[in-house]
Amino acid sequence: MKGITTRLRAAVVAVMLGLGIGLAAAPWTAPEARAQAPAAPPAASEQMLFNYLQGDVRGRVTIPDQRAATLIQPAGREFQAFWRSTMKWIGGIAIGGMLVVLAIFYFVRGTIRISAGPSGRTIQRFNGVERFAHWLTASTFIVLGITGLNITFGRELLLPILGPEAFTAWSELGKVAHNFLSFPFTLGIALMLVIWIKDNLPSRVDAQWFAQGGGLIGSAHPPARKFNAGQKIIFWTVVLGGAAIAVTGYIMMFPFQFWATDVRGMQLAIQLHGIISLVLIAIILAHIYIGSLGMEGAFAAMGSGRVDLNWAKEHHSLWVEEMMSGGREAAAPSGARGAGAD
Amino acid sequence: MARMKFLCDADRCIECNACVTACKNEHEVPWGINRRRVVTINDGKPGERSISMACMHCTDAPCAAVCPVDCFYTTADGVVLHSKDLCIGCGYCFYACPFGAPQYPRLGNFGSRGKMDKCTYCAGGPEADSTPAEYAKYGSNRLAEGKLPICAEMCSTKALLAGDGDIIAQIYAERVTTRGYGSGAWGWRTAYKDMVAG
Repeated sequence: MKGITTRLRAAVVAVMLGLGIGLAAAPWTAPEARAQAPAAPPAASEQMLFNYLQGDVRGRVTIPDQRAATLIQPAGREFQAFWRSTMKWIGGIAIGGMLVVLAIFYFVRGTIRISAGPSGRTIQRFNGVERFAHWLTASTFIVLGITGLNITFGRELLLPILGPEAFTAWSELGKVAHNFLSFPFTLGIALMLVIWIKDNLPSRVDAQWFAQGGGLIGSAHPPARKFNAGQKIIFWTVVLGGAAIAVTGYIMMFPFQFWATDVRGMQLAIQLHGIISLVLIAIILAHIYIGSLGMEGAFAAMGSGRVDLNWAKEHHSLWVEEMMSGGREAAAPSGARGAGAD
Repeated sequence: MARMKFLCDADRCIECNACVTACKNEHEVPWGINRRRVVTINDGKPGERSISMACMHCTDAPCAAVCPVDCFYTTADGVVLHSKDLCIGCGYCFYACPFGAPQYPRLGNFGSRGKMDKCTYCAGGPEADSTPAEYAKYGSNRLAEGKLPICAEMCSTKALLAGDGDIIAQIYAERVTTRGYGSGAWGWRTAYKDMVAG
């Protein structure tokens, strides 16, 4: 009974408030006034200003912080909804979905073996500089990914386990690591772009690779140069995605200073940073899988830098031909001397 | 239980900024941090109005929703408070807040903002009520002493109302019907969703 009375009272108050606005608005929206000055700002009522300004209500403040002049920015509620649900769903589906796909692929296909078996002879695939650039990016990306996922999902997944104090200490550490490791990550992205861009330009061979499903389905081994079409996709995803993450990340690190000088810009930067990062993490999971568990002999390329010759012939046939014809591998070692039947 | 809210009657606010000063003084708020501010709309034009704005202690508060470390909590009175011990200074609450309430001691480059500070509705923080530790972090706890926020209590024109939402809405509605005009409960639609103002 008391509940009903309270609700009734609230309803009456609401109606009265609405009535008040109606009364207030009437003299200011007189037709002749509108006809005379169509561009003039409407009289101050919240809803009228929302309609006029389409979103934020701004005014003047006497304090130095001019951002405080924004009285109300209703978009904060949209940012709240995005952060609480949209982004978590996108991230969950992208990363969780990728893990499921990879697990199914592993159970169906297993580790892709070298068809002819290891030859025992190796060929140099990536030199020291290439591997440095790769691992600089990879190691920082893993730390950035984990600390970033902690900001997105830690509250739901880790906070109940660690407790508030420990979770804050870990998140604070993660925030510092995330901020400062962004610099070596950006350097790694730039290095990879410079080193590998010439090998990652699209070519006619890529069409054939796609036509044969990249050899992922069936046992075909489509020809490829240094990088096949799938690797080129990874390259451009990492370079472009990484650049986008870096730009939005630096905007967040130096708030209200570069392109995003208002709250809306900062919201957009955070949203882009989150979405691109989550999708990139999902894609990189596939990259990690095929470079380790998913394919025999693949890890050596970035491990020791030398791959088995049979693996190279199967996966990068055109590249092996290039290397063998006049490449370094075909030349005799500097210390070798002709002997016997030579 | 009361549901505490702020309501600024823009037709009474004379932009004296006494609420801002009283707030700074009551809580010894550091330089550069404004828990409350007065914004003037349509300055110098017909329909000019001033509105005193601080944290509105929203229903389903956006700051609390986006906080990565879950440092916010809502009291039984509907006041949104936070723990400075748990805050990591990420700044997300400022981007989510429709009212620009969260404040930080420093600029924020390299995530160095420091612990967030905002209006506490004069209700302190998670520390024990009216202790020096609570005062140092959040300012005085008037609610624990049975008093309402200082900004509203000392408002000379009684433009700024603080108290139970139903009661202050009723006071405002009576004013509007008596004088025949009013510009609405600023921010209530965004903060509480339950009250339509216009």
